[in-house]
Amino acid sequence: MMIQAKKSKKAKRVIPGFGLSLGVTITLLSLVVLIPLAALVIYTAQLSPSEFWETITSERVLASYKVSFITAFIASLINAVMGVILAWVLVRYDFPGKRILDGMIELPFALPTAVAGIALTSLTADTGVIGGFFAKFGISIAYTKVGITIALVFVGIPFVTRAVQPVLEKIDPVYEEAAGVMGASRSRIFRKIIFPEILPSVLTGFGLAFGRCLGEYGSVVFIAGNKPFETEITPLIIMSKLQEYDYKSATAIALVMLAASFLILFLVNMVQHRNTKILKGGR
Amino acid sequence: MYEKTKGSKAVKGILIGIALLFVIVMLVLPLVTVICEAFKSGIEVFWQAVSDDYTIKAILLTVEATLFAVLFNTVFGIFAAWSITKFRFKGKKILTTLIDLPVTVSPVIAGLIFVLTFGRQSPIYPLLSELGIKIIFAVPGIILATVFVTFPFISRELIPVLESEGTDEEEAAALMGAKGTTIFRKITFPHIKWAFLYGVVLCAARAMGEFGAVSVISGHLRGKTNTLPLHIEILFNEFKYVPAFAVSSILVLMAIAILIIRSVVEYKGKKDA
Repeated sequence: MMIQAKKSKKAKRVIPGFGLSLGVTITLLSLVVLIPLAALVIYTAQLSPSEFWETITSERVLASYKVSFITAFIASLINAVMGVILAWVLVRYDFPGKRILDGMIELPFALPTAVAGIALTSLTADTGVIGGFFAKFGISIAYTKVGITIALVFVGIPFVTRAVQPVLEKIDPVYEEAAGVMGASRSRIFRKIIFPEILPSVLTGFGLAFGRCLGEYGSVVFIAGNKPFETEITPLIIMSKLQEYDYKSATAIALVMLAASFLILFLVNMVQHRNTKILKGGR
Repeated sequence: MYEKTKGSKAVKGILIGIALLFVIVMLVLPLVTVICEAFKSGIEVFWQAVSDDYTIKAILLTVEATLFAVLFNTVFGIFAAWSITKFRFKGKKILTTLIDLPVTVSPVIAGLIFVLTFGRQSPIYPLLSELGIKIIFAVPGIILATVFVTFPFISRELIPVLESEGTDEEEAAALMGAKGTTIFRKITFPHIKWAFLYGVVLCAARAMGEFGAVSVISGHLRGKTNTLPLHIEILFNEFKYVPAFAVSSILVLMAIAILIIRSVVEYKGKKDA
């Protein structure tokens, strides 16, 4: 029976190249991704549990989790709001320069993070164009948590916009028209008709941006000032442990970060599943 | 659309205003800053920084790593997309999740895992040093880290396109006796041409700009393992701001070129579809 079932399954594969393509895929995946990631886990296994626990809960490391988490969360929240506005403007309105605006959204993917980092730092330092303005009121941006948040906002801009855009394009205006004819206000139409439809995509974009921001290093390291307990993010701690050749601590902290990003990926996948249903089942 | 009222026009104006202001402050201003700072002390200083020996070496290394990343991920992307979309097998979902893993991993961790795999404390280090192979703090490590962070970039663009095409055409061709390579060249590739180009552009952009992962693995040896972003970091940290921005302006130009290519590719892709 088993053999027969296998045979009939094989017979269905008319297209050639299954063994070769899957073989190449899995080999390359193992070499570049799986084996190196496994090295991280194996290396952590050599630490004793108490050692591991002490490293990941030391005061300075705990403070860095807090800085990373709070700044990434606020930045993603700002991007969620701005992303919906940007997507709305790009899908629903026509205005000169719209295509340039649409193209600009992708800039954070195209511009190296280090360049973004030094540009934002010089803009928001007390001598910079934006920083100078706020310095008059005694507010510093660069080298504070606000600066970190701004760098992370930059990094996360495309995520929500690009997640919401296709969903907005799919929404049939018939429902809004009907609601409008029946006398619903615009804010009510948005809340009751549009918002529930785009919510999963907003959450997906938020989750992706949040995950990216938690691990971001290049754009933050210049603007943060990197003061322990205040503006030191977790990736930076890993980096400084590495420079001290303290591989054990670096690996332990990295494992915590890895666990956090897997958790986020898992949650995003769950939401995304609902989102694809909306995208595909719209009609 | 339902009737446009004065109110809706005001809302439109306000929303467009907010969007433009946000994009100008967050995206355009940083670009302008880089260019302005780069030419602050005149064109001669700019040229000196850009034509500096270390800068040229950094450019060459960046180009090398980018080429490797694009080539590797092209091979991987095509095979992965072919196996995932044209066949049904167990564990497909796990496979696609694993392929996407590298984008969720922090760049610093991406560098770290290669240090752990090939570094001094690794079990294979004695073997490598006996053979005289240097990976960490050397060019191969930089290439590996770059390949890792851009790993899913091409396959991720190809898979959705191939998925929506289905397998009917390929099956028909196979039944008529066409070889695998012929099927790919004549039937599959024309469908994915633009998606593929788009993936290459994204991959190249990320590979050129990767900072965190490469920074962990490079050891910052000037003229040897410094890529452009690392070179910028060194200049900036030495308070050589004008040279730092001058070198950055090269990358800004590349970023703008990438955005333009991206829009063209997207436009052509939509027209073909």
